[in-house]
Amino acid sequence: MSTVNANLTYNYKVVRQFAIMTVVWGIVGMALGVLIAAQLVWPSLNLDLPWTHFGRLRPLHTNAVIFGFGGSALFATAYYVVQRTCQARLISDGLAAFTFWGWQAIIVSAAITLPLGLTSSKEYAELEWPIDIAIAVVWVAYALVFFGTVMKRSTPHIYVANWFYGAFIITVAVLHIGNNLALPASAFKSYSAYAGVTDAMMQWWWGHNAVGFFLTAGFLGMMYYFVPKQADRPVYSYRLSIVHFWALIATYVWAGGHHLHYSALPDWAQTAGMVMSLILLAPSWGGMINGMMTLSGAWHKLRTDPILRFLVVSLSFYGMSTFEGPMMSIKTVNALSHNTDWTIGHVHSGALGWVAMISIGAIYHLVPKLWGLQSMYSTALINAHFWLATIGTVLYIVAMWVNGIMQGLMWRAVNSDGTLTYSFVEAVQASYPGYFVRFLGGAIFLSGMLLMAYNVYMTVRQKDAVAQDTAAAQAA
Amino acid sequence: MSTFWSIWISVIVLGTVFGCVWLLWATRKSQTTDTETDRTMGHSFDGIEEYDNPLPKWWFYLFMATCVFALGYLALYPGLGNFKGLLGWTSQNQWEQEVQQAEARYGELYAQYGSTPVEELAKIEDALKMGQRLFANNCAVCHGSAARGAIGFPNLTDDAWLYGGTPQDILHTLNNGRQGNMPAKGTMPGMTNEQVDQVVNYVLSFSGRARDEAAAEAGKQVFAQACVACHGADAKGNQAVGAPNLTDDAWLYGSTYDWIRETVLHGRQNQMPAQSERLSQDQIQILAAYVYSLSN
Repeated sequence: MSTVNANLTYNYKVVRQFAIMTVVWGIVGMALGVLIAAQLVWPSLNLDLPWTHFGRLRPLHTNAVIFGFGGSALFATAYYVVQRTCQARLISDGLAAFTFWGWQAIIVSAAITLPLGLTSSKEYAELEWPIDIAIAVVWVAYALVFFGTVMKRSTPHIYVANWFYGAFIITVAVLHIGNNLALPASAFKSYSAYAGVTDAMMQWWWGHNAVGFFLTAGFLGMMYYFVPKQADRPVYSYRLSIVHFWALIATYVWAGGHHLHYSALPDWAQTAGMVMSLILLAPSWGGMINGMMTLSGAWHKLRTDPILRFLVVSLSFYGMSTFEGPMMSIKTVNALSHNTDWTIGHVHSGALGWVAMISIGAIYHLVPKLWGLQSMYSTALINAHFWLATIGTVLYIVAMWVNGIMQGLMWRAVNSDGTLTYSFVEAVQASYPGYFVRFLGGAIFLSGMLLMAYNVYMTVRQKDAVAQDTAAAQAA
Repeated sequence: MSTFWSIWISVIVLGTVFGCVWLLWATRKSQTTDTETDRTMGHSFDGIEEYDNPLPKWWFYLFMATCVFALGYLALYPGLGNFKGLLGWTSQNQWEQEVQQAEARYGELYAQYGSTPVEELAKIEDALKMGQRLFANNCAVCHGSAARGAIGFPNLTDDAWLYGGTPQDILHTLNNGRQGNMPAKGTMPGMTNEQVDQVVNYVLSFSGRARDEAAAEAGKQVFAQACVACHGADAKGNQAVGAPNLTDDAWLYGSTYDWIRETVLHGRQNQMPAQSERLSQDQIQILAAYVYSLSN
């Protein structure tokens, strides 16, 4: 590139650290997921202990995969992408290191406090107030490092990936602080600052944007770097990226109301949540189109490059779940799907199919570059991982679709005299086969992650693997 | 809500929708071509260039369609602050309508049995089938699907009745619910632990259960002071206040020494919720007949 400063070195150390922890937390979080899926099939796996009970391990699973796995992937790629597309070293190595150790400490404290039953009981915001404060501090440091680096860029413009990372960092800060305002009662107990339905609305304003910004906007940033980079093609449309970026961030913050259909939430807020969720369809698909069409002229690469395959399939799942989401936000559809396994299936088609697959693809792209190698230790293992991940995801979501629609139909079935045909427990009983298939799908997905860990380990310990901290090596 | 908040909400809801429409329109208008282009933006980031391809047409129309749908929906349904929507829909009146429809569809089915006396109804097979389904939907969660009860929830298939087993009693229980309350240590708040032990042994003696005879004998005195006001001198209970018969070997809270001691020490509070606001009188009549049939 014409403006490259020959003496410029990037901070790859923090990227390497986060990249490794992405794999570690991925395995921990998904193993917990497989365990709790097994508990639903064989309840005795609760072990009759409070610490291993489903109710305590489930939030640990979600925290470990969203914030441990997803969070580490976002930190790693945001730091990598912002440096390379701005041609500037991170503004502070010390602050970057602080975000790494701070974030890991937060995930570890989640792993300690949640099994102990210390929880604020808000979904995806279970951690108690001292940890919430720590998250806010680390997050502000993250913002300083990221935006500080953008400010000192030596490129004339800000690349689209950084718009998404930036929007994700700012909005998650606002949402996290807003939703977690609480009055501490003791060291590990606090009461929400909001009461009743206001609390519910705040919670889902956060909850849906844990999906919208943490798990979507951030990962779109990832997509906008790694897809064109891996395909070695220009991004399809700059124009499209502008429209779908602004429309996505403007409408996502509204969507939380659709979690509270037919509740005490005022009707106007439910309606507003629903129409904005519907409008979200096109902006979401804008990202999918831009990623997919970037491959035009490079489709043949899919035959030989399993990393690209991960990235493209993740976009397909992204398109599918962002079609499903707006449909489920329609009141009449929601009346069937709400509280059933369909919701779990929807979340996992996004979480496994989109978030995990694109992160896996990005990490496979990153690891050789960070250690100065041409490629991963084994491309065949990446290919095997790809198929395990795809089959695992499909089994998981199909099982949950079947279960969810069956549960919804059983709950509303009535006899000729208007009484309910089935008791709740009959619907639970009918769900067992689906729970087993879900467990199987999760286990298959997890086994792929174990292959990845082996592959990454073997890559990094190769004789010619050297941490790339010199300008000449990083320029490649 | 106040006019200010109503306007505030309307402005930002419409602002977001129209903002999307404007963004889409303006971006499309500035396109120079409707077909694919090889022109890039001229900037390159870490080797990544960007084409400036036009917005896909189908995507443009999809986006516009959702915005138009949103505006139409906001006109018909409540969404813009205090504006009620042209259809006058609320989640409350949707629920009321559905209840009315159910009444219209199923009301007659229940009404045919509504004025039949409970004893006669208990012999009509179709009515009992309906009663069983009503029971499964409304009662089984506490009393169990076989109506055999659980700790704290009476067994409805035996002859032991806390508040009476006549049709009138059952109807009263269903309509108005019941509040059970046994005070800790009965009417003898100063009961010592030794006296608790004695009275528990005495209570065990009513149904011939294993006990410490000497303590049971001493417990007679304690019983007279602490328990007879409700359970009666013969310990056969009093259905007017829901005090159980202690001599019939039917136990609401368990029959062992430990369970009974717990009951004496801490008392018991219990509640059967009233059904008259949830079920129609016809349904309650059928349900009463079903419950009556379980022990008659």
